[in-house]
Amino acid sequence: MVSRFRPQAMLAGGLVAALSATGALAETVKWGAPRDIVSLDPYSYGDSYTINFLNHIYEGLVRYNRDLEIEPALAESWEIVSPTTWRFKLREGVEFHNGNPFTAQDVLASLQRVSDDTSPLKGNLPAYKSAEVVDDHTIDIELTGPYPLLLNDLTNIHIFDKEWLVENNAEKPTDVSAGVEGYATFNTNGTGPFRLESRTPEAQTILTVNEGWWDEPAHNLTRIEFQPVTSAATRVAALLSGEVDFVDSAPVQDLPRLQAASNLKVLERTDLRTVMLGFNRRDELVAGGENPMNDLRVRQAMQLAVDMELIHDKVMRGKSRNAGTLVAPAIPGYSEALDEVAGVDVERAKALMTEAGYPDGFEFDFVCTNESYVNEEQFCQAIASMWSRIGLKPRLDIGPTAKQTPKRANGQADVYTIGWATLPMLDTYSILIQMLHSKEGNAGVFNWGGWSYPEIDRLTQAAGVELDREKRLAMETEALKIAKEEIVMMPLHQQPMAWAVSSEFEDFPQFPDNKPRLWYVTK
Amino acid sequence: MLAFLIKRSANAIFVMLSVSFIAFMIFRFVGDPVELMLNEQATQSQRDELRTRLGLDEPFIVQFGTFVTNAAQGDFGISFRNQQDVLGMIAERFPATFELVIVATIISLVVGIPMGVITAIRRQTWYAETMQFTSIIGVSLPSFVVGIGLILIFSVWLGWLPAFGRGETVDIGWWSTGLLTHSGRMSIILPALSLSLFQITLVMRLVRAEMLEVLRSDFIKFARARGIPARAIHFRHALRNCLMPVVTMTAMQIGGLIAFALVTETVFQWPGMGLLFIQAVTFVDVPIMAAYLCIVALIFVLLNTIVDITYAVIDPRLRGAEK
Repeated sequence: MVSRFRPQAMLAGGLVAALSATGALAETVKWGAPRDIVSLDPYSYGDSYTINFLNHIYEGLVRYNRDLEIEPALAESWEIVSPTTWRFKLREGVEFHNGNPFTAQDVLASLQRVSDDTSPLKGNLPAYKSAEVVDDHTIDIELTGPYPLLLNDLTNIHIFDKEWLVENNAEKPTDVSAGVEGYATFNTNGTGPFRLESRTPEAQTILTVNEGWWDEPAHNLTRIEFQPVTSAATRVAALLSGEVDFVDSAPVQDLPRLQAASNLKVLERTDLRTVMLGFNRRDELVAGGENPMNDLRVRQAMQLAVDMELIHDKVMRGKSRNAGTLVAPAIPGYSEALDEVAGVDVERAKALMTEAGYPDGFEFDFVCTNESYVNEEQFCQAIASMWSRIGLKPRLDIGPTAKQTPKRANGQADVYTIGWATLPMLDTYSILIQMLHSKEGNAGVFNWGGWSYPEIDRLTQAAGVELDREKRLAMETEALKIAKEEIVMMPLHQQPMAWAVSSEFEDFPQFPDNKPRLWYVTK
Repeated sequence: MLAFLIKRSANAIFVMLSVSFIAFMIFRFVGDPVELMLNEQATQSQRDELRTRLGLDEPFIVQFGTFVTNAAQGDFGISFRNQQDVLGMIAERFPATFELVIVATIISLVVGIPMGVITAIRRQTWYAETMQFTSIIGVSLPSFVVGIGLILIFSVWLGWLPAFGRGETVDIGWWSTGLLTHSGRMSIILPALSLSLFQITLVMRLVRAEMLEVLRSDFIKFARARGIPARAIHFRHALRNCLMPVVTMTAMQIGGLIAFALVTETVFQWPGMGLLFIQAVTFVDVPIMAAYLCIVALIFVLLNTIVDITYAVIDPRLRGAEK
């Protein structure tokens, strides 16, 4: 191994000057990110990476703690006044970065901004109807109906300062179609643990610690230098040479090399995202002709033909976690009883195909992307060849996400890959309402195969208005059970995620939703 | 002369229109921006509504017409993804790309010309042969491989130069330059080197071919007969006569380098126009893609037109041919 970073060689070069010029203090995180954030305005684009980064500057009424449980943030407490009204008691003595006090008016202005008709984040707060200021530190939120997941949604609604929005004419979200830029796209004013020092798009965004933060900091950082490095090879090189000391997307194939470096630590775990296959359930296949996949026996055969153990060992290099159900263990609504992996049985699969009347298999379109999920291209190829063992003839179609998504969404795929992490809600309800529910009204947006299971719909709708947590989760689990028995979707695995950090960090918690929360980091 | 200018301008406008038309045709196949703009929780009606507001449900010709009308007035719209004025975003990144291209061009001339002369006058020696051979590697290696190789050697092993970024920059008016700070100068070395590699080979081979030609001409023979030292013959008399095509080619290649910089910028995270374009493609950010292609086409057209006009001024025969 010659790849290690050598300090004495560095002294000879100009890197020392380069490093000190950018302020390499002991408590700085130099973050090499796989991509830049899109904007400084958290309401500008439905992008969870950006929203999470901005969570260092802005905060919501509630937040996730280290165990991803909801805890009070800008709201101190809350109560359900009536099934459709929630009352939030706000924290007193909180100041925005510009010194303005935080009050209920700020919450109202933020809720109005995020639920504006032109806001791309409107869907993040689906049940919101209106809000009413009770006093300076109390606000009532009125919902369109009983809705148990308001707190989950609110973790992602960052609170702006009303006065600042008004002064800068930014009370409405930016609207791309109107063709005007917004002040909040370039400036920030939050209550969070860090404040913005400067930003150069695609180059770097620098945050410094907010000394006046209302909470007791669990971190000891003074500065975050966020630098996007899009090329994975360059990102790894920058980490090895010490130009960055934290990478939140380390390529799987480089992990052994990073682990071998003595000045680095690799943090690995499986993601919350469950990768699965969906089936075309319309009457006809894409290429025409009767659709055999409406027969449960065919779907069972397709599941039995796939050797997930082999994919786990060879394609995912032993780093994935094979899934039996559609949500990861950390998601409320998960049940261990449902998580038993189907296993492989080629003979039985062949028998099922014959029984269903397709002893010679059939042709169909199998649509994958080449970059949405870890090693997706490879596992799609593996699955396609495993299917050919039972006589199926998949036509594998691999391309970039932006190109494949319209095909999948418009029913131009017979089998397709999709991953679902239930973010930002972190609850099984997310996949039930968005994917498993029949496509009607606002439900089933990701029901790309066109299936309909009245019993799943009924359970989903009932769970959506059930305020008792235990009862609600029982209904969600029941719906997942039907989905498993009917193989509505075929779960594959939770994919691996890896971060790499300098060994100078004492504590660097890694979250299963793959979001770095640097306010828990100590160096 | 006036007729010639008008003709050239009409040609230029036609080329620009064709480029934007072809670009627009391609955009229909790169995917659907709406799916990427809204997040997982957005409902179907919200998706449809956004598509209507952006005019993406209009027929192709209407979309193209709107684009050309606005672009002619210098309005390329707002980025779908960054919600910023597209022209402003490109202007902000232009200095980075331009400095990279200029430094790469200077490197290619400073290295390429002497190498061309040496390979021409010392044809049979082992070092000239080696240079010739290495230059083939220079043209045939893909630039991302060269970039990663340079990073591995100079950043990871030796630790001399930064692996990515542009270092510290200084603003002079709207122009941001990295050439005035130490970290900026250190940062530009690797990307400029990797971008210039192809160009070095080109310059070297051109100079060599021209030199061989000139060295056979009569005035060189007379110069030798007069006993002028070899160094003066090669570098003062012969080389000067070779430089005209080199200058022309270099000027015309600047457009090519700006377009080529795309790969180099991605490898080195150089915050220029190419990086912006690559990211716009990933996110189907149609306004940025359209504006970038038009601006690059404009640079090509301008450079070509200027070269043509200069030729016409120098050589009256070309003017006659046009009539």
